[in-house]
Amino acid sequence: MLRFIFVRFVQAIPVLFTVITATFFLIRQAPGGPFDSEKPVIPAVKRALEEKYNLDLPMWQQYTTYLGDLFKGDMGPSFKYPGWAVQDLIASGLPTTAELAFYALMVAIVIGVLAGVSAALKPNTARDYVPMSLAMLGICMPTFLLGPLLVLIFGFWLQWLPVSGWGDLPGDKILPSITLGAAYAAYVARLTRGGMLEIMSQDYIRTARAKGLPERVVVAKHALRGGLIPTVAFLGPAFAGLLAGSFVVETIFQIPGLGRFYVQAAFNRDYTMILGTTIFLSTLIIVFNLVSDLLANWMNPKLRHQLRGGE
Amino acid sequence: MDSFIEVYKILAMLKFLANKSTSHSVNFLIVLVLASLLSACGQSENRVAQGNKQQILHMGNGAEPQGLDPHVVTGVPEHHILKGLFEGLVVKNPHTLEVEPAVAESWQISDDGKLYTFKLRQNAKWSNGDPLNAHDFVWSWWRALQPKLGNQYVFMYFPIKNAEQYFKQEIEEFTEVGVKALDDFTLQVELNNPTPYFLQLLDHYSTFPVHRATIEKHGAPDESYTQWTRPGNMVSNGPFSLDDWRLNKHVKIMRNTHYWDNDRVRLNGIVFHPIDINTTAERIFRAGQLHYTYETAIDRVPWYRENRPDQVKIAPYVGTYLYRINTSLPHLSDKRVRKALAMSIDREKIISTVLNDLFTPAYSVTPPGLLGYQAPKTFSHDPEQARQLLAEAGYPNGDGFPEMELQYNTSDQHRKVAIAVQQMWNKELGVNVRLQNKDWKVYLDDENTGNFEISRGGWIGDYVDPNTFLDMWITGSELNRTRWGDERYDELVLRKAPSAKSREQRFSAFNEAETLMLEEMPFIPIYTYSSHHFKHPSIKGMPSNVMDFYNYRYVWLDEDWDKKPSASSSNSPSGAN
Repeated sequence: MLRFIFVRFVQAIPVLFTVITATFFLIRQAPGGPFDSEKPVIPAVKRALEEKYNLDLPMWQQYTTYLGDLFKGDMGPSFKYPGWAVQDLIASGLPTTAELAFYALMVAIVIGVLAGVSAALKPNTARDYVPMSLAMLGICMPTFLLGPLLVLIFGFWLQWLPVSGWGDLPGDKILPSITLGAAYAAYVARLTRGGMLEIMSQDYIRTARAKGLPERVVVAKHALRGGLIPTVAFLGPAFAGLLAGSFVVETIFQIPGLGRFYVQAAFNRDYTMILGTTIFLSTLIIVFNLVSDLLANWMNPKLRHQLRGGE
Repeated sequence: MDSFIEVYKILAMLKFLANKSTSHSVNFLIVLVLASLLSACGQSENRVAQGNKQQILHMGNGAEPQGLDPHVVTGVPEHHILKGLFEGLVVKNPHTLEVEPAVAESWQISDDGKLYTFKLRQNAKWSNGDPLNAHDFVWSWWRALQPKLGNQYVFMYFPIKNAEQYFKQEIEEFTEVGVKALDDFTLQVELNNPTPYFLQLLDHYSTFPVHRATIEKHGAPDESYTQWTRPGNMVSNGPFSLDDWRLNKHVKIMRNTHYWDNDRVRLNGIVFHPIDINTTAERIFRAGQLHYTYETAIDRVPWYRENRPDQVKIAPYVGTYLYRINTSLPHLSDKRVRKALAMSIDREKIISTVLNDLFTPAYSVTPPGLLGYQAPKTFSHDPEQARQLLAEAGYPNGDGFPEMELQYNTSDQHRKVAIAVQQMWNKELGVNVRLQNKDWKVYLDDENTGNFEISRGGWIGDYVDPNTFLDMWITGSELNRTRWGDERYDELVLRKAPSAKSREQRFSAFNEAETLMLEEMPFIPIYTYSSHHFKHPSIKGMPSNVMDFYNYRYVWLDEDWDKKPSASSSNSPSGAN
């Protein structure tokens, strides 16, 4: 098992290195620079700025300097918010975004697993069709539509929940979490239904029933563990996706998270910020993929066996 | 703490799910989820009502401020915060826009208009209690002129004698720059030319004083973006001082009890919320969480006009929306073609159909409201004459005229205007236009390098004077970008107007220059901007003006705003009282 983790880490190094290099050179190909503005920048001012950010050095030297600093844990000052180092900006937004992503994931799991299991237990009945149609709708409905729609219903018409903010007013975390989680809940529901349907037709389920076990024990103890494997495999990438994809929700609900930095950085040509957030998020995706592989291993005896046999 | 409880609830539900999974418990679970969601609700009092009680103003403020150093930052969101934190020698009156005393209690101007002597008030203080004197201004202005600092508004200082030469390092000694402290409370400023708008520049944040000891404690004076502007470190001299700054969440400034006019200040604090999307800001405003928005959401204005007319604030603004023409291209080098394009646009129709009547048509680059300057009107909407001009230029009915590209930076509003113009040019002139939206930085790059045919642009005056709209079009100016230039125009704007003896003479030089330019039409003026905000009726002391300027010193919040009988409610049936 340790060897498995070690191999995956070694594999991750060239991946990250490629991401850094590609990002570094690609963003500089985009027309317009970080200091362009509607008012012309006085040449002396521009020179001073370029010196500050090493932009006066040849490209390869900028690259090696950046790699050297990065190795020391320094991502450099942001171009747009020069008072802050990129790692500080990431650190300031991450707890909020992680919290939002976590709640969204919970929403996705609770709603998705419930709907998926209930659909799989009574396939091709109303209890299957209704949640699955809703799931399809959830996948299709973009967050920039769902968010304002929920705000309109729960914020303005019913006046149950605040329309914006994060941790300012009681209940203001509910709508953003549901909005962000909805699409993932739909995926989870479909994966769970598929997994459960397959498991429920297995021999060992028939054996469990033949033993006279009550249905709820059959489902909860015997079927769920196997039936949720595809779902669990999906959760790692999903969590990384939630972290990286929270931009729209953060914008709609005025949440001070990481996603807004990530997207604004691209518009602003904030070179260091683009690099920093990209590196950070790719690392997260790699880590969460690994975690979900480990979880799937733990849940699936067949895979576990293969892994041991390989050793 | 709250979040832990929420997490716990979710975990409890999961555990429950693992144990029971019959259809009964599924239904029960759904009820439980809903109940737990709703238990967290219960509307508490909104920020506006709370703010009215505590005299805390909640402002929507566009983008997250880049920084809070008045000698480094540019931009409107920063301006809104800085004018609460700092104060210059003078400040504009929000009703008349004429300057009135601030840190300077009086001033004298020499007869030739080149020597200003400011008498500073003795009781002006920094927010830490230190006295503020004339030496602070000399040091602050010295700092603002250090090239390494990267002050993008350094040109605000250039009317001062030798300031430009010092900044460009053509002279070494700051003592040669025309600013001196005659004693602790007397500041003398010498200018190159009589500059009628000079006093207005002193109300711009780039000329505000900064606290030397604080800046030197956190780095070199000419080092930008040091820690001195952080909460806890920052010392300022305005009605408010920095209390809290959380990225993408808020900047909070609170009453500065050392401020010389503290007794007059009625607000206890201001919270600036960075909200970059107008529709989001509108939602938050409608929910009672904001007193004032950075802008309206234009599409929502008709609804407000209909239902909440006392909550929209719209006023003419010193800004012009225009289309730059690249006059170096063969088909656009003929001024008859450019005039034809300008005359065939029906501005009134664009404004009434796609812009919700928010703006006013523009036929010149200088907007109305510049202290009595009258802009020339050299043309009007006249498709007939436009066709004739185009025919004279060799393109009857648009025959043989190449398809053009009209570029704009990505925005729904720019797109709508561009579509309308595209249709008008096609219908009236037979000229075909391709629309091209570009990401902001790409758009800027293409405009600067001349890689465009027609490009959307706009200009907001830096001060109330025609000069800020006219000196940008001189030959080779970096703001011109149309490749157009005219010696006579340069002469009028750069030499004749500055040396004029009276306001009339000066304005007539500007008028002649603008008339000349509009005959050449290197750009097409389309409309004059308006400032437009959603504004809660409890805000008092914030009148409309062409600079969209307000002074927090006069602003206050009326807790009883809805209890007073308003003019419209006097029509209520008799006997109701």
